[in-house]
Amino acid sequence: MRILPAVMCDLEKELEVKRQRIESGEGLSWLTWFSLILLISWLILPLIPLAVWSISRSWFFPDITPSAYSLRAWSYVFSNTSEVLPALGVTTLIAFCATIVSAVIGVPAGRALGLYQFRGKAAIELLILAPTIVPGIAVALGLHVVFLNIGLAGSYLGVLIVHLIPTLPYMVLVMAGVFANYNPNTEAQARSLGASAIQTFYYVTLPAILPGLLIGSLFTFLVSWSQYILTLLIGGGRVVTLPLLLFNFASAGRNDITGAISMIYILPGVVLLLLGARHLTGRNSAAESLRQI
Amino acid sequence: MLERWKIVLLLSPALVIIAGLFLGGLILGLIGSLGYMPLLGREEFNLNAYRNILASERFYLSFLLTFYIAFTSTVIASLLAIGAALILRRSFIGRSVINFLFQINLTVPHLVGAVGILYLFSQSGFFARLAYEFEIITKPSEFPALIYDPLAIGIILQYVWKEVPFIGLILLANMQTIGRDYEAAARVLGASRWQCFRHVLLPLLFPGLLAAAMIVFAFTFGAYEIPALLGQNYPSALPVLAYQAFTDVDLNARPEALAMGMIIALLSVIMIFGYAHLARRYVRS
Repeated sequence: MRILPAVMCDLEKELEVKRQRIESGEGLSWLTWFSLILLISWLILPLIPLAVWSISRSWFFPDITPSAYSLRAWSYVFSNTSEVLPALGVTTLIAFCATIVSAVIGVPAGRALGLYQFRGKAAIELLILAPTIVPGIAVALGLHVVFLNIGLAGSYLGVLIVHLIPTLPYMVLVMAGVFANYNPNTEAQARSLGASAIQTFYYVTLPAILPGLLIGSLFTFLVSWSQYILTLLIGGGRVVTLPLLLFNFASAGRNDITGAISMIYILPGVVLLLLGARHLTGRNSAAESLRQI
Repeated sequence: MLERWKIVLLLSPALVIIAGLFLGGLILGLIGSLGYMPLLGREEFNLNAYRNILASERFYLSFLLTFYIAFTSTVIASLLAIGAALILRRSFIGRSVINFLFQINLTVPHLVGAVGILYLFSQSGFFARLAYEFEIITKPSEFPALIYDPLAIGIILQYVWKEVPFIGLILLANMQTIGRDYEAAARVLGASRWQCFRHVLLPLLFPGLLAAAMIVFAFTFGAYEIPALLGQNYPSALPVLAYQAFTDVDLNARPEALAMGMIIALLSVIMIFGYAHLARRYVRS
């Protein structure tokens, strides 16, 4: 059956109108607004008692709000005798080192995966993806004996190494995405104009990949920052990071200090989200690997 | 030829580390679970650890509980995420603020969420106080146990809280790729809004949704700190049981801990292959 051109034209016009209407939306109905507000409140809600606890002095059942406020928890957290500041330092140092190591090793690997097609690529991608999905406890239980035997268990270096299991694959995946949109021809041009390999990297490659590398590094930092069971198993309680401390204070029922540590602990993530929210939406691989946090 | 060497050179440091630590850890775990632990003076292979855990009621209860937690929270989170993504892709006033708030707990570590849930839902928590205020209860113990409870409601609440934005964001990205043309065509041809969602958008989203759900399931199945903080003692979640067996003073429990680790790994490997299969199909289509 043949459709008359005029009918076709009408259909197309109607399609365009419909498409625009769906795209622009017709605003939200009050019911939709209600469910949206409900959902967003639910997502924010668990953070609120933590913030309030951190500045409360006494907050007993059945008071809805604390009966007295004080900055006791915060002054404890920042005092010289508390374990919080050392733990903050250790957590930051390990996350920083894990990020640097992941970047140095992950950028070349990401380049290979992003720029080239080769045999066995799918298998290699699967191997790199696997550590971001397989729970750390299954891997760390097996590694523990060897780490113990070579003196890495209970050491900062051991914890740093074991943190590479989630951070390095994450960096490789992010950089593979960055290099997939990268044109290597400019490097060849720089070389033909007499630039050395180091100069080419520094003046041509690095500026091109820098935005992706920075965002990737910030998230890699956060992946290490959030590790609990790997640190607990390999650190054996001797490497005390913020999450370990947080867990201990929470199980000991010190709600005010737990609240204060929580606020410090979520700070890098919230700052990062403020910086990188635009980059996060719409980039699948980065969002998917957030599972590590 | 030159290019191949270049690729090998670029990839090998990362592959050596990932294979060494990740595959190495899994292989060592497998060997240890088979009873071979030369450092502990055991040099024979056997299936005793698997036999022991498969014969113990504790293991079955833990496995079922963990499966139930992972399954329930993944399904609830997926449903809520679909709803959220459908709303958030529309344009409305204040969308960017709502979008930011929707993402905020993506970077909040699980443990912080777990503590927050604890302070909200425990028997002396915020909601218990609210119930007292409205004279629904007269003392904390009358508030239903949602933490350390047999139904693991606190744990599920925490996972749902954390996973909705994660799945939602992946769905939003997928929706962006799919575009509106198919839906517009369906609407022009007379499909209702529900038919349009059910027969056009959902089938297009499904591979992405399933892939995200698999990642979430694997994670929730192997996470330690959330059930350790919010869960009951018996039966405990499988990762908690594995950790307890591993740190037991009785070294005979070690192979059993490793065997439980292997079972967790096996389940997540199944999820990975499912994910890879879906991802490939999705790229092709």
